[in-house]
Amino acid sequence: MAIHAISLIVNGTKEQVQVPSNMTLIHTLREKLGYTGTKNGCEAGECGACTVLVDGEPVNSCLVLAVEMDSKEITTIEGLADSGQLTPLQEAFAELNAVQCGYCTPGMLMAATALLSRNPYPSEGDIVEALVGNLCRCTGYQRIIDAVQKASRNGGAR
Amino acid sequence: MLARPGLPDFEYIRAETPQDVFRLLGEKGDKIKLLMGGTDLFIQMRDRSEGAEILLDVKYLPGMQEINFNKKKGLTVGAAVTLNQLSIHPDVKTHYGILSQSADTVGNYQLRNRATLGGNLCNASPSADLAPAALVYEGTVCLTGPDGNRELGVDEFMIGPGKTALKAGEFLTGLHFSIPPPDAVGQYLKLGRSKKGDLAIVGVAVLGYSDSEVPSGFRFRIGLNSTAPTPYRVPQAEELLAQNQITEEILNQAADEAMKVSAPIEDVRATALYQKKMVRNLTFKSLKEVWDLLKKS
Repeated sequence: MAIHAISLIVNGTKEQVQVPSNMTLIHTLREKLGYTGTKNGCEAGECGACTVLVDGEPVNSCLVLAVEMDSKEITTIEGLADSGQLTPLQEAFAELNAVQCGYCTPGMLMAATALLSRNPYPSEGDIVEALVGNLCRCTGYQRIIDAVQKASRNGGAR
Repeated sequence: MLARPGLPDFEYIRAETPQDVFRLLGEKGDKIKLLMGGTDLFIQMRDRSEGAEILLDVKYLPGMQEINFNKKKGLTVGAAVTLNQLSIHPDVKTHYGILSQSADTVGNYQLRNRATLGGNLCNASPSADLAPAALVYEGTVCLTGPDGNRELGVDEFMIGPGKTALKAGEFLTGLHFSIPPPDAVGQYLKLGRSKKGDLAIVGVAVLGYSDSEVPSGFRFRIGLNSTAPTPYRVPQAEELLAQNQITEEILNQAADEAMKVSAPIEDVRATALYQKKMVRNLTFKSLKEVWDLLKKS
């Protein structure tokens, strides 16, 4: 199988990596580049644990080939906080205990970050709709929805 | 340790010209799968229900990601336009609202950033969410192959579960939709196991518009998915609505016709009987709501 040399910008850092054709973005991020904050769940585009931003838009990194991502800008959960300063969304998740086991949280934060970027003042319905692809088996979702609303009032995604 | 076995081995090739595609399809035939969004293909390959030596990425070919609208010629959508791009495009929302609405019902937002209109139709699932809208707007598929280009009605394109009318060496470049009648209104109603994010148990698109040439003064087009081997129109019901004054009774009879022609199978999502009954109920509900909108306009 051919090995492809690709370059990515991950959280602002240029990364060069060699990937086989069948390697997905999530495995490249986690196993080749060490960005293990992104979680692997269903590998079918249903649970959203692997959500990252590609050029600012959320995708399921389990359903994207790394080789397709040459020259793209990728943002993972590690790229949200700036010099240790959490984003308003991360602050709201922490304050409202919108986390229990935490496995869905990176994907949830990436999908919600993207929502607040395209719609800074989402209704509860908008939030539910935007997070349909992010499953959480712990919280019952209400605190997550509350946290996104709180972040929206406190300055949005960033 | 991987939760799943991951994707099997294959070579990835990005096609730069249509000739690349014709040549490789000519040399390798069914050992090649064409890739656009991959949201169905990767899962089928991961589960080993599909295999390929080569994934040939056709989404970067010229025009594949373009949406063009012209008030006279209508709408042309490249096969690799994503469902989110389709759903938010202002001309699509204004003139082809059911396409926009249907695109929004597929999976989830992240998935729709990758899933494409062309892929939804080429996958030829009986439950293809974009198919009922493509049928009621009477879209055509634009195909290209080594012998040239051709167009086919969307109704002729999907010929069975997972099967399309694509000939060896051909691929889908886009869809074309002519301008709908000026007062056309419509909607897509989808029943799934959950309100959002699931495949359709039943999906029905209804487009209604005035037509002084027919006795009722109105025409309705009805497109259904998930309840037969391919998505389908219901000409018997459409004719009934064209020939008779529109009343609740006639809307009910049209919904009965839709139920009669539906041919669902038992599957993990619903029994066949439930699907037939819901074809009737959703067709009636959608016809009634579209009729109410038409009366107001």
